[in-house]
Amino acid sequence: MIQKLHGYWKLFIVFFRIGLFTFGGGFAMLPLIENEIVDVHGWAEREEILDIFALAQSVPGAIAVNTAVFIGLRLHGFWGGLAALFGVITPSIAIILIIAQLFSQFQSNLHLSRAFSGVKAAVVGLIAAAALRAGRGAIIDRFGLVVAAVAFVLSVSGVIPVVWVIILGGCGGILYYKRKGEIR
Amino acid sequence: MILLQLFGGFFKIGLFTLGGGYAMLALIKQEIVRYNWITPQEFVDIVGIAEVTPGPIAVNAATFVGFRSAGIKGALVATSAVVLPSLISVIIVSRAWQKYKNSQTIQSMFAGIRPVVVGLVGAAAFMVGTATFDVLDSFSHQLWTTVLAGVTFYGVAFKKWNPIRVIIGAALVGLLVFL
Repeated sequence: MIQKLHGYWKLFIVFFRIGLFTFGGGFAMLPLIENEIVDVHGWAEREEILDIFALAQSVPGAIAVNTAVFIGLRLHGFWGGLAALFGVITPSIAIILIIAQLFSQFQSNLHLSRAFSGVKAAVVGLIAAAALRAGRGAIIDRFGLVVAAVAFVLSVSGVIPVVWVIILGGCGGILYYKRKGEIR
Repeated sequence: MILLQLFGGFFKIGLFTLGGGYAMLALIKQEIVRYNWITPQEFVDIVGIAEVTPGPIAVNAATFVGFRSAGIKGALVATSAVVLPSLISVIIVSRAWQKYKNSQTIQSMFAGIRPVVVGLVGAAAFMVGTATFDVLDSFSHQLWTTVLAGVTFYGVAFKKWNPIRVIIGAALVGLLVFL
């Protein structure tokens, strides 16, 4: 029992930290998750995180919330999912409640806007690094490289919703790899 | 009554947000206008706040709108409602995934999806990058933005730097160098 509670608590804390430092949308969360879940705690493999990240974008809800619930469920069942969920949203709730009361001071604070310019610049590098690190494990052959390039172009041009890009990739994977029989 | 409206409206927002990001802003605006929870100016404020605060924009908006229209209770109701669809759908999909993830078809499917995720993350970097790098900024602002993004990329991609420490460091550098 104590051990279980400890597991939930650790999940809560790890996702609290991730939630507190996820600026600039769900994609910026990937490097933080990789660092905490794969490198620091060894709770999952890098490829598994990518699979979860893809699933999280394919179901309703915010990517960050979905990813947290997925990982929590996978590690510690239902209550783990709930612990990760509360962890990832608590920093947002607390910060927004504070800002909602002091909005006018917040808006014109020059120090905050300078610090935030620094964070914004770092987030660009962070997401680019996540793409490179993910690519090392996920792109195993020329087919994968082509799929990644097509997904990049489709996403930047915005011609079809992201979910459809993922579904297309899944269909392509089934057609290509299953026929080749390369994947166990 | 307003609590029920908040719950219904934000449940719907959570349910119809697919692929995340700013796509949901239109839906949030539509629900807000329908129920008059907050003024259009406050909506613009929320978008600005959500950009500079951590966490998903849906959660930020739900907490803000709920609080402004019905206090702490409203904030909690709206925020619970917006994450409830996530909880339900992830539980369902997660069960199915655990059951079938070792089948050859699902393995092949994910072998095709993983490169897609790489492309999507690359696209996110590109789009956030072009949104952040403003040619109208001063030369020193552009220079420092490039340096911070470049150093972060190098450290996190090749040196396993801790992303959280990098963000804190970038905030401190930003305080010193940006005017």
